[in-house]
Amino acid sequence: MIPLSWYLIFAAALFCIGLFGVLARKNAVAILMGVELMLNAVNINLVAFWRYLYAPDLAGLTFVAIVLVAAAAETAVGLALIISVYRRRSTVVVDDLSLMKG
Amino acid sequence: MTIQTLLWLLPLPPLLAFALIILVTNRWKALSHTLAIGAAALSWLGSMFICWTVFRLDGLAEHPIGSTIQWLPTGADSWLSIGTRIDPLAAVTLFFVAWTVLFIFIYSVGYHNFGQPQGDHDRAGLPPEGATLKGKGHHRVPSIEPMYSRFFAFISLFAFAMYTLVVSDNLLTLYIGWEIMGLCSYLLIGFWYGKKSARDAAVKAFLTTRVGDVFMLLGLVGLYKAAGTLSYAGIFGNEEMLHTLATTGSGILGLSQAGLFGLLLFIGTVGKSAQFPLHVWLPDAMEGPTPVSAMIHAATMVSAGVYLSIRIFPLVSQSETALLVMSIIGAFTALFAATIALAQNDIKRVLAYSTISQLGYMIAALGVGAYVAAAFHLVTHAFFKALLFLGSGSVIHGMEHGVLHTGEHVDPQDMLNMGGLRVKMPITFWTFLIGGFALSGFPLVTAGFWSKDEILSGAFAGGHWVVFATLAVSALLTAFYTMRQITLTFLGQPRTKAAAHAHETPLTMTLPLMVLSFFAITAGWVGIPKAFPVLGGLINPWFEEFVGSMLPAHGEAAEAGHSLVPLFTSLVVALGGLYLGWLVYSKVKAGAKDPFARALPGLHRVLQNKYYIDEFYQRAFIRPARWVAEEFSYRIIDRGLIDGILHGIAGGGLGLGRFTRDQVDLPVWNHFVEWLMARVPALGRVLKGVQTGRVQQYMVIAIAIAVVVGVLFVYFFVLA
Amino acid sequence: MTLSQVFFLAVAAITLFAAVMVVSTRRIMHAALWLVLSLFGVAVLFALLQSGFFAVVQVVVYIGAIAILIIFAVMLTRQVMLDVGPQLNRGWWIPAVLVAGLYAALVGVLSTWSQFQAQAGPLAPEANDLSRFGQALVDLNAYVIPFEIASVLLLGALIGSIFVASERKG
Repeated sequence: MIPLSWYLIFAAALFCIGLFGVLARKNAVAILMGVELMLNAVNINLVAFWRYLYAPDLAGLTFVAIVLVAAAAETAVGLALIISVYRRRSTVVVDDLSLMKG
Repeated sequence: MTIQTLLWLLPLPPLLAFALIILVTNRWKALSHTLAIGAAALSWLGSMFICWTVFRLDGLAEHPIGSTIQWLPTGADSWLSIGTRIDPLAAVTLFFVAWTVLFIFIYSVGYHNFGQPQGDHDRAGLPPEGATLKGKGHHRVPSIEPMYSRFFAFISLFAFAMYTLVVSDNLLTLYIGWEIMGLCSYLLIGFWYGKKSARDAAVKAFLTTRVGDVFMLLGLVGLYKAAGTLSYAGIFGNEEMLHTLATTGSGILGLSQAGLFGLLLFIGTVGKSAQFPLHVWLPDAMEGPTPVSAMIHAATMVSAGVYLSIRIFPLVSQSETALLVMSIIGAFTALFAATIALAQNDIKRVLAYSTISQLGYMIAALGVGAYVAAAFHLVTHAFFKALLFLGSGSVIHGMEHGVLHTGEHVDPQDMLNMGGLRVKMPITFWTFLIGGFALSGFPLVTAGFWSKDEILSGAFAGGHWVVFATLAVSALLTAFYTMRQITLTFLGQPRTKAAAHAHETPLTMTLPLMVLSFFAITAGWVGIPKAFPVLGGLINPWFEEFVGSMLPAHGEAAEAGHSLVPLFTSLVVALGGLYLGWLVYSKVKAGAKDPFARALPGLHRVLQNKYYIDEFYQRAFIRPARWVAEEFSYRIIDRGLIDGILHGIAGGGLGLGRFTRDQVDLPVWNHFVEWLMARVPALGRVLKGVQTGRVQQYMVIAIAIAVVVGVLFVYFFVLA
Repeated sequence: MTLSQVFFLAVAAITLFAAVMVVSTRRIMHAALWLVLSLFGVAVLFALLQSGFFAVVQVVVYIGAIAILIIFAVMLTRQVMLDVGPQLNRGWWIPAVLVAGLYAALVGVLSTWSQFQAQAGPLAPEANDLSRFGQALVDLNAYVIPFEIASVLLLGALIGSIFVASERKG
């Protein structure tokens, strides 16, 4: 059968890919997609731990549900921000948004 | 609804009324007083239902009705429980609290001139000064209290605290109600905070009762530590526990634990019920509006003190010393306050001292073991003293009306300015007469006679001669000053124009007077002893059995038989005192001095100045405290020592500073800094490159550092 | 190699490939579509983990709502982004090296863990009892507080995003 390690290695890979997207992409929407990938990696981990180690206990599942909620909230607010910025600056390229430049 | 549920709900309506008035209806005066009175009426209704039910129950003392909840976890498995309970003592207390509170609320409507116009120059924090009516020339009438709603909010909170105290089944919630009342009395005595005297009186009342409360808290803590519980059932209803407490030494003054904790709790009573030496706050508390005086001095706060003492009686009675202390303090206070009351001219102050004196009676009764008599006097006293205070408020109100009408500048509270008011204010006169006769113990008819007689016979039967004699003398004095008050106020001819133009007060004020005077008469009939000649046995002495069943060892003093000596004593002192009072004071002319002051000027001055106790406290405690604060702490410690050290340090620092500036700073650092300054912009230009303003770059740096630190951490700490 | 292992590897490979495409493709709309595929792969893995409920939730919430929302956002902000030029930052190799290091570190640390090779036991039947899960979410002694806080968070996000994204006059 599939050992726990496979899931963990897979989730770590997905997390790192998502992180790369967050760090390297220019487009704000694409950055948000990277964040979604990272959150999914976390969820995979949570469900895997639940299945392999804590099965009937409900804490892991609750955690997953909360992460889902947080992800939905984060996406909604993030996209609202992107649209708002786009409306003012006509761009969603993060490099152009460098008001904090020293 | 069961009694258990009802008991929990009983204090809530006034609390809700308080919150609503403060938060919502503050601006609408009519709505505010409707809320407050409605809440008081609800609680009254509930109380009457409870009383009506439990008064007919047998064995209520053995099986009190109530329920508890676990409130605070105090350890792995133990809880501090709080709860409500109704037993005979709580029931009779609840009875008089409900009645007096409701009628004091109603009375307040009239007292604060509801329905009258706004004052011309009234300001919040000062008593209303009257309004000028347009159209009828210069006609001045009383004006409505500017902080009307606030008053009703406060007294609602007060009522909440009192109900909480009465229905609670443990000393902790009792203490909570107790302290809320302390706060309320502070707020209400200082209700007219624009007057300096009111502010001072409020602070005085708060601090003085605080002294007692601190000791009481110590007693509570000690008792909890020793007994592991604070519930009445767990301590006072538990023979084993009482025995353990009585036989375990406390290590202080040779008292047993029961004696020590009983005395500590009793000091709380001394503060709250204004017993000597903590009595000084109560007369000054007259600065508050008169309904407050009635509230504090009859229905609630001072009763709470005696109520506590009656509650803890099973504990206190385990120690002879504690009982002795109680009887000495009680009897002494009774006599001492009665003598002061002889020489006061302010109508409310006389009543204040008589309250102190009557409370002393109750404490003394407890001290000699007359448990039932103390509770009995508590109930009757609450009724007639509330009546008297409200009556005096009505008198003052009528006098103020006269003062406004005539424009004469006289003190509307000074009895020497009154006289002849029986014609102008008949209802007030007759009800006040009933109250006054009850206070002085007018035989057979009034409630005060029966309860006072019971205390005297209790002291007599127990063989406490000194206490008996002291109480008898103070009963004589009580009758005397009461008659003096009635004569000066109502009889004879008016001594000022204001008194001649006084006016009967509205129905909202006279109705409570009538209701309370009904109780001032009938409340005594439930306690007529069986052995009393002729009348005994006509009415079942229900009170005795009902409240007496609270004590396990009930009946020793009561069964001793009713002797005729105390009966004749109380007859003689009451009638004699009343007659003497009438004799001396019925001929006082306008502008004349008090006959007592003419006859014995020296003694009169001492009494009028209340034995100079306030002055003594001023010298003995307040001035030294101030001296320590000003001279010692401020001048010597602060200015001399600490400032000296600080100045020394400062001087040293200054010298050191000069040295470094001249020798180090100027030559060395300035040159270096100038050199450095020249290079800072260059450095800034270099560092600017890092500050790109790109979030992703910052994040890369942050994550890189986190990864490196994490790997190092795992490598060195987790794997090692 | 059992059938399930083969299946897992296939799904994992597809998901990871889709994820790589999400972060590397030039056309942002294609990236969004790859994201859908990747999310679907994750849903399949949930099913493999015998958590059917979350597999369905994954499809409904992530693919049905979040991914669609993202596609909408892409469309709304598309005007000037004709996907010309590189879609990665200039120094993209730095994050690449960094995440590779992070991956190595994660796997390295995980492999020292005693439970790393744990096998799944048989799943207790009540583990997937949804009504039990639902009860726990509103049970005072279980997770009602996180649940309520999550609800408030959602509400806050809802109002917040309307406020932020709405057009303001003046």
